[in-house]
Amino acid sequence: MSPTTPMPLASQIPDAESVLAALAERMRPAVAFDAAFVGIYSGGAWIADRLAKMIPGEHPVGYIDVSFYRDDFARSGLKSGAKRSELPFDVEGATIILVDDVLYTGRSVRAAVNELFDYGRPARIELAVLVDRGGRELPVEATYCGARLAVARNLSLVLARDGEHLKFGVESAAEA
Amino acid sequence: MRNPQLNANGELTHLLTLEGLPAPVITHILDTAMPFVGIAEREVKKVPLLRGKAVFNLFFENSTRTRTTFEIAAKRLSADVINLNIGVSSTTKGETLLDTVDNLVAMDADIFVVRHAQSGAPHLIAAHLNAHDRSHVHVVNAGDGRHSHPTQGLLDLYTIRHYKKEFHNLTVAIVGDVLHSRVARSLIHGLTTLGTPEVRVVGPKTLLPEKVESLGVRVFHDMREGVKDADVVVMLRLQNERMKGALLPSAGEYFKHYGLTPDKLALAKPDVIVMHPGPMNRGVEIDSAVADGDRAVILPQVTFGIAVRMAVMSIIAGN
Repeated sequence: MSPTTPMPLASQIPDAESVLAALAERMRPAVAFDAAFVGIYSGGAWIADRLAKMIPGEHPVGYIDVSFYRDDFARSGLKSGAKRSELPFDVEGATIILVDDVLYTGRSVRAAVNELFDYGRPARIELAVLVDRGGRELPVEATYCGARLAVARNLSLVLARDGEHLKFGVESAAEA
Repeated sequence: MRNPQLNANGELTHLLTLEGLPAPVITHILDTAMPFVGIAEREVKKVPLLRGKAVFNLFFENSTRTRTTFEIAAKRLSADVINLNIGVSSTTKGETLLDTVDNLVAMDADIFVVRHAQSGAPHLIAAHLNAHDRSHVHVVNAGDGRHSHPTQGLLDLYTIRHYKKEFHNLTVAIVGDVLHSRVARSLIHGLTTLGTPEVRVVGPKTLLPEKVESLGVRVFHDMREGVKDADVVVMLRLQNERMKGALLPSAGEYFKHYGLTPDKLALAKPDVIVMHPGPMNRGVEIDSAVADGDRAVILPQVTFGIAVRMAVMSIIAGN
């Protein structure tokens, strides 16, 4: 797509809350009762918190920051604001639902999966995302997806949180 | 002139001293160290950030703890670590410091961790690398002469922030051989930069540098007054090996006046923390009852030191 692609109209930006409801609906019959939810900071962490309450079962919740596993460190250095990963359950043998807000290149998911294995050997990892925007650069697919949406390469879809309310916005990719 | 530690974008590229380092740069290092503390609690205590990078430990002066913690930090970042005991190799054959550095750069060094008895040696190496278009090679000062020991200063700051959360309401007393202590100098610069309202140095006149007040500290010669109502007490090692001439009557006499004992510590705030950069001289500057007591955070300091050194190396390697 050309760099002059216009910003999507407000009506084309998905409503994060209804997408989350649709995602939970898809996951409800399929997710293991004791599966752990692990959100990728920051958007994925908010969604993991919400999903763990919406899906029946006993779900431990963890958070993962992939800063130390990113593949662009040599190019862009260490980003500020790295958080501490918190996995308050035994990863060894666990069923883990990795949660992110937007699935794009697949590089964050690759980094998160690598990090999970440094905590132990999970029995199974599934991937849940609010939005799949295409544009994959790695062989990664979501197990559960709330919505699919084509977004121009020069734009980024950014999840924000106001209280508990989740909302998508669009930024130029240079700012993201 | 530009701060030699920062690149054109104002980002940290060498760590030479905490003096003149802007508060946001220090805070960024402390913030980055926090997630690295978590790495040590995992099954696999390694992250791939510095995979393929070579860290050269250049120790022109002996140190077991600092060299070991730098080595652990580099290995946890997946770097290759090469330890050079320079004292017994090239320099004894007459090679200059900068020739040694050039040779190691030719071996594809990415980071030099430098300890030297001469103040300014790490600066000299960094300036040499910057001037010869080798700014992709980074220098970390692991202690130079009496001048500076910035990673120790940073781990002290990290420890204080961990237990006290903020700096703006603290009284910190640094006690003992400030004259010979690069640790004290680094910590004083860091504390004042981060807005600590009261930094005290406590010790006999012979062990405090002249005009130490110019660093922005209050001077006490009576230890009981110096530790009164302190939130943090930092004990310095009595550096016998640096002591020239008769600065002190005896170790026993020193302990009587400046050794941290439970009764002196009782004058500080009830939630005071006691720090020491190690190695400790028990019965000289600190009583075992304090060193092993519940106010001491001396061993957590060591653990945090690894995370702080991981943060420093990963930040400079990326800039």
